[in-house]
Amino acid sequence: MTPVIHTRDLTRRYGSLAAVDGVSISLDENRIYGLLGRNGAGKTTLMSLLTGQEFATSGEIEVFGESPVENAAVLQRVCFIKESQRYPDDFKVKHVLRSAPWFFPNWDAAFANALVSDFRLPLNRKMKKLSRGQFSAVGVIVGLASRAPVTFFDEPYLGLDAVARQVFYDRLLADYAEHPRTVVLSTHLIDEVADLLEHVLLIDAGRIIVDAPTDELRGSAVNVVGGRDAVDRFTAGRKVLHRDGIGGLVSATVSRLTEAERTAARSAGLELTPVSLQQLVVRLTEGTTQEFQESA
Amino acid sequence: MDESKPIFQQIAERIENDIISGALPEESQVPSTNEFAAFLRINPATANKGVGLLVDSGLLYKKRGIGMFVARGAGDRLLAERRERFGDEYLAPLLAEARKLGIDERQLAALIQKTASSTTTTPKESQ
Repeated sequence: MTPVIHTRDLTRRYGSLAAVDGVSISLDENRIYGLLGRNGAGKTTLMSLLTGQEFATSGEIEVFGESPVENAAVLQRVCFIKESQRYPDDFKVKHVLRSAPWFFPNWDAAFANALVSDFRLPLNRKMKKLSRGQFSAVGVIVGLASRAPVTFFDEPYLGLDAVARQVFYDRLLADYAEHPRTVVLSTHLIDEVADLLEHVLLIDAGRIIVDAPTDELRGSAVNVVGGRDAVDRFTAGRKVLHRDGIGGLVSATVSRLTEAERTAARSAGLELTPVSLQQLVVRLTEGTTQEFQESA
Repeated sequence: MDESKPIFQQIAERIENDIISGALPEESQVPSTNEFAAFLRINPATANKGVGLLVDSGLLYKKRGIGMFVARGAGDRLLAERRERFGDEYLAPLLAEARKLGIDERQLAALIQKTASSTTTTPKESQ
């Protein structure tokens, strides 16, 4: 499959801080990607680079085979919904929706109108008078109805209640099924979106530390729970991602076990519990805070 | 969804269970992958992979331009496979737990009979 986005050794520095540090990724056409990572990990900077809104310090970017920087042919096929989008002062919701087709040739006005009523948005209210959730809903509508071949959503759910987030996920899935395209979803609500993602990119301190199909990540780690001695004996010589204890009871997170190892663990009286994608991401990124601050 | 197994495998198992229970009779049409994706709120590519497993093993077949159907004999094939795995999947853990509690095999057999006679479910007749 041809990649729609390709980077090689992409780096963006701010002074001594490498916000994006040697990133080499390829994104295939018509897949839904999750771009995950902690605050300040480099998610927004990476998406800004890919959409030509930031300049790379070094490295290469190709979007549809060309550099995105000031490239209208590329940028009209790309939609970037930012967490903090700015609008002209007197813009109302209807103005945003009316101007969207100028930027996005695939704009579907009927779909946008249906979404407006799904999210119960007041069309005549000024953008700056909207609640945080309503403001986010405008972004979600523009992102969905633009049907851009590559769509980035940078934490699109801020302030959206649980019902509205579910509307977003459902409409995204339904519309993606009918109009396949490449979607990059950056989010902290990993458990909510885990089943929507086909592929996960995990960024930490500017570096990509996981680049894998979601299916592969499920079951890639397991919690081993039991008595301290039994857990220690079982995990000896293994890489332990995380360890928790209460009294004599210990829970250790280790990487994927074979069927024989699972049987061995059970017969040693240990309990095995699955690790969700969200827990896995927490385990993989929690230890690095200290190092990050030191290197910054 | 179960966190420990790939979702596509769970989709395949779900369809298998529906074939065994008769919810999806032989020669009936299976929902499309997009319908599965929307209903289960999963990525359509994942649903497609799950359905693909069953097509590859011959339990489902494609009618071009119409959709996916349950193959003839799929129910019996699945029942045979499941019966074969029954010992490993259900009896082995049952025996392990019984041993842990000091219940020997005779007592276990008696327990099974007692429980079976006190529950009202009748085994499904094979057609």
